[in-house]
Parts: sequence; C-alpha cells; structure tokens
Amino acid sequence: MEVNDALVQNLANLARLQFNDQEKEIIKNDLQRMIQFVDKLNELNTEGVEPLLHMTDAINVLREDEVKGSISREEALKNAPDSDGTFFKVPKVIKKQD
Amino acid sequence: MYLKAGNNQLLFKYHSIAQYHQDLLTGTTSCVEAVQHYLQQIDARRHLNAYVNTYGGEALKRAAELDASRKAGKPTGKLHGVVIALKDVIAYKDHPLTAASKILEGFNPVFNATAVDRLLAEEAIIIGHTNCDEFAMGSTNENSSYGKVLNALDETRVPGGSSGGSAVAVQAGLCMVSLGSDTGGSVRQPADFCGVVGLKPTYGRISRHGLIAYASSFDQIGIFAANVPDVALVLEVIAGPDDFDSTGALQPVDAYSNLTPLPAKPLRIAYFKEALESPALDNEIRQSILEFAAKLQADGHTVAPVEFEYLDFIVPAYYILTTAEASSNLSRYDGVKYGHRNLAKNNSLTDFYCATRSEGFGWEVKRRIMLGTFVLSAGYYDAYFTKAQQVRKLLVDKINLIFSQFDTILLPTAPSTAFRIGEKTEDPISMYLADIFTVFSNLTGIPTISIPLFWHSNGMPYGVQIMTNQFSELYLLQLSQLWMQQFRHAG
Repeated sequence: MEVNDALVQNLANLARLQFNDQEKEIIKNDLQRMIQFVDKLNELNTEGVEPLLHMTDAINVLREDEVKGSISREEALKNAPDSDGTFFKVPKVIKKQD
Repeated sequence: MYLKAGNNQLLFKYHSIAQYHQDLLTGTTSCVEAVQHYLQQIDARRHLNAYVNTYGGEALKRAAELDASRKAGKPTGKLHGVVIALKDVIAYKDHPLTAASKILEGFNPVFNATAVDRLLAEEAIIIGHTNCDEFAMGSTNENSSYGKVLNALDETRVPGGSSGGSAVAVQAGLCMVSLGSDTGGSVRQPADFCGVVGLKPTYGRISRHGLIAYASSFDQIGIFAANVPDVALVLEVIAGPDDFDSTGALQPVDAYSNLTPLPAKPLRIAYFKEALESPALDNEIRQSILEFAAKLQADGHTVAPVEFEYLDFIVPAYYILTTAEASSNLSRYDGVKYGHRNLAKNNSLTDFYCATRSEGFGWEVKRRIMLGTFVLSAGYYDAYFTKAQQVRKLLVDKINLIFSQFDTILLPTAPSTAFRIGEKTEDPISMYLADIFTVFSNLTGIPTISIPLFWHSNGMPYGVQIMTNQFSELYLLQLSQLWMQQFRHAG
C-alpha cells in the first residue's frame, strides 16, 4: 500500500485537517509506516469470521420516554467561543464573488 | 497517623483509606489536615508536573465541612474525606477540562461525570486534575500541551501513559487515590512504571458519561491506588448502571471492598507462552514472572502455558479500531460549540474547521485521526476496519475458550521498566508496540489489574497483570490482595 500526496490530501480533507508542505512530508511518511504496520493483519485468515460490532450483549437499551438529563440553553452556550444568547455563532463564511 | 518531625511540624502519613478513617474517628487526624498535607506535597513537587489544575481552596472548605459533620455525629460516606485526583479527561462540573489539548482550552464542563457524582456523594474530596497524554493518546505522558510528567522514582524517566499524572500523583503521595482512563493500557502501564496498583475494570463496569471519548468501545475509567483494598472501595462506589451510558453494564455491583480471603483451593492459572518468549520482553522481567509462576505451582496451583497465536496481530488490530473510533469521536471539535477557535478570516466554513482543528490538535492526535480516517474511508473500509473487527471476534472467542479452562491469566504489564525521557518519541511504531501486553484486555473487554510485585536491578519497579473473566472484579481483587500479601518484594 503506497501512500501518495493525493491520498494524504484526500484524508486531510475528510478529517478537516490541514498540513503545510513540510508537515505533509512527515505525515505521509508516518502514515506509510503506520499502514505498513497494520497491514500485518493480512497474514491472518479471517474468512467466515463475523466482525465483532458490539462489546456488550445489550443491543438496544431502551428507557421510558421522559424529558430528563438535558442541560439548559444557557449552559449549552456557556462554553461557545461565540453566541448570541440563543444560537451558536460561526464566523461569516459567505464568499464574495470576484 | 501522625509523627512529630524535628521542626515540630506534624507529618501526615497515609497508608490506606481504612487506616485514615480509623484515625479520623479517634481524632488523630482530620480531613483538613489531610488536604493541607497534600497541598503542601503538590506544591513541593510541582516540577513533576503531575497536576494541571488544583482546587485547594474548595478542597479545604469541603474538608472543614466534612470534619464538622463527622464531629457532629452525622453518618459518614464510604469515601469520607478521601483525597482524590482526576485525570484531565474526567468531567468535574465548573472546573477546567482539556484532555491536555489546546483544542479544549477554556472549556468548563456543565455536568459531573457519573463517576465523579458518585465519589462526591460518598464524601470524597477532589483535589485537582492530573496531566496526561493529549486525548489519552500516548504511552509516556510526553505528549501533553502542559509538557511532560516526570517519574518520581527517577526523574530522567517517564511515568508511562497516558494517565501518567494520575499514576505519579499516587506514587509521589500527592493524593490518596486517583482516577485515570484505560483504552489500551493507559492505567495499567503507568501503574507498572510507577510501582502502584492500577485497575482497568470490565468494559461497561463504570459509566463513561463525562469521560472524554477516545475510542468508545475500548474506553474504561480505571483506578490507581497504593493498595488493593483502596482500589476495591473506590470501584464499589463508582461502578454500576447509569441512565446516561447505554453501554454501561446492568450486572449488579458486588461488594468489592469485602475482600474475604479466597478458599484455599488449587487455581488454574494460564500464561501466554508467546508473550513470555517474546524477544521484546526484558529478560529480568521474564525471569521474575516465570519464578512467580513456579512459586504458584509449588503452592499447589496448576500453572500452564497456553498457545496465543495472535500476539503479533493484537497491536495492529487495536490501532485500526481505536484510530477509527477516535477520528469519529474527535470530529466534534469544530471551534463552534466549545474550545479553541481560529480567529483568522477564512474563505469557507471548511477552511475555518481545518484551521481551528490544525491549530488545536497536537501531532500524535493528528496522526491517529489521519490513520482512523484512512481505515474508514471508501475503498479501504473492508480491508482494514472490518478485518480488524473480525480479529477482535477471534480474540474474544479465544479468551472465552481460555476462561472455560482457567481461572486467571498472568501477563507482564509492559516489555520493560519505565523508558528514559525522549526514548520513544521519534518512532511511533516502537511506542505502539510497548502496548503489546495491555491492549488485549481492551480488545476483549475483560477486567485486568497491574500489581507492583517486583523491583528491577535498574532500580525501577514493575508489576504483573492479572486477568479474569468478564465482571469478575471481586475475584480479581481477592486474588490481587492475596498475591500482594504473599509475593510483593520490598523496595
């Protein structure tokens, strides 16, 4: 499995991360080594083995449909970098047409 | 218990929660004096960098209230006045919580973790938050936005990780007990490196509500203490079902603190042949564990090697699954709801997210998010993620088979004693391989403890892991207590 610039770029975009040119080389190298390391699993025959999806036997844990456990709006907004008291605010991102 | 020092200063000496409670009842000490003692110790050993925040004023105030309540004859909680530190991934309402990451700077949780609620309900005193690897990703505690933590027994060495600060807080006498989190060994390995007891309970035994998520199907809150009965009592208080964690186990909580001696009957004890034969294992550690096994055999127990053909596959499977879960869990850090935000002008919301996240996360976290994104991405999902889930199934089947034939499994906790600072920072693979003996319990969900039985000729302590079947913590703790009494070498 060869890690190239296009793969790094695609993964960075999916992960919402950005790397400068120097970091790109390092992450490419790190990913190459990490993927090579986990490729070890190919040596193990897992044909017909059901993948393990849940750690507990309880699949659906239901409770009574009561309103509880919520936090207030004030609490929810308390840690936000920016809010107007009702909503979270994100920076203005509407691109100007050139 | 008190000793008079030369300068007439009273010295608080801690042995166990039971002894402390007795001293409180006889009036030879008080909660205030205990808190004062720990605050002094924390201050004197600040260079260890074990704590990232301490709550001295309110701890003293709470201690005074507890002293008054007790003296007024009111009933006392199970953890009355017990001074506890929390890893910086466990929420304590209105106190800073950052997972040792810049991306959570300024964050104050608006609720308590369930474990913290239960500690407080039994009258524990929270003295501070401890340092750790960023988002609990690391095995050395060198990977923190607050800088590295030093091992108090040899300050040129790491304390292990990721819960290094919590381990050192107990090791250096900076609290009575502490909580950490264990996703792949992050409680047991630092306990091993620091010479203290570290327990990772069964997956789901302790609610994860209020624990910052790293890999949700692996994460468990764990407990550090100087002795087994302290661990048992804290587990008894914080374990059990919780409405806020649907993965929490519904099994009833045993009276873990009731560590009645096990009936004297021969045990069936397994060890992994391939693990003890591993060339990566320090020779002295190998010898001690083989001698330990021989002593158990001489005592009439059956000790047998079992084939463990998966040893080389457990760390790769662990890194595929945990990085996948981490890449998903850490997508919540977007600079909108809490934490760090990039303030530059960005052209799009995507650019804003990228800038915020790239400034906020450290390198190891980015590296793991990238690997996790890779193994989940279209075209690679089945070859990596599904494959690792299949390996996880094989491991669970294997452990069920072993526990149908044996009562317990012995395993080294780590391949070596505490690393030198800087020794593992360059090479991610060599750091990941250091987890080889611990990740197995998280992949299979079984409870495992590391108990500090041995001392190495290099002057450092090390332990052995004891594993038992799902939800058999009481049995695990009884065994640990027995073997600590029988086999612990004096330091």
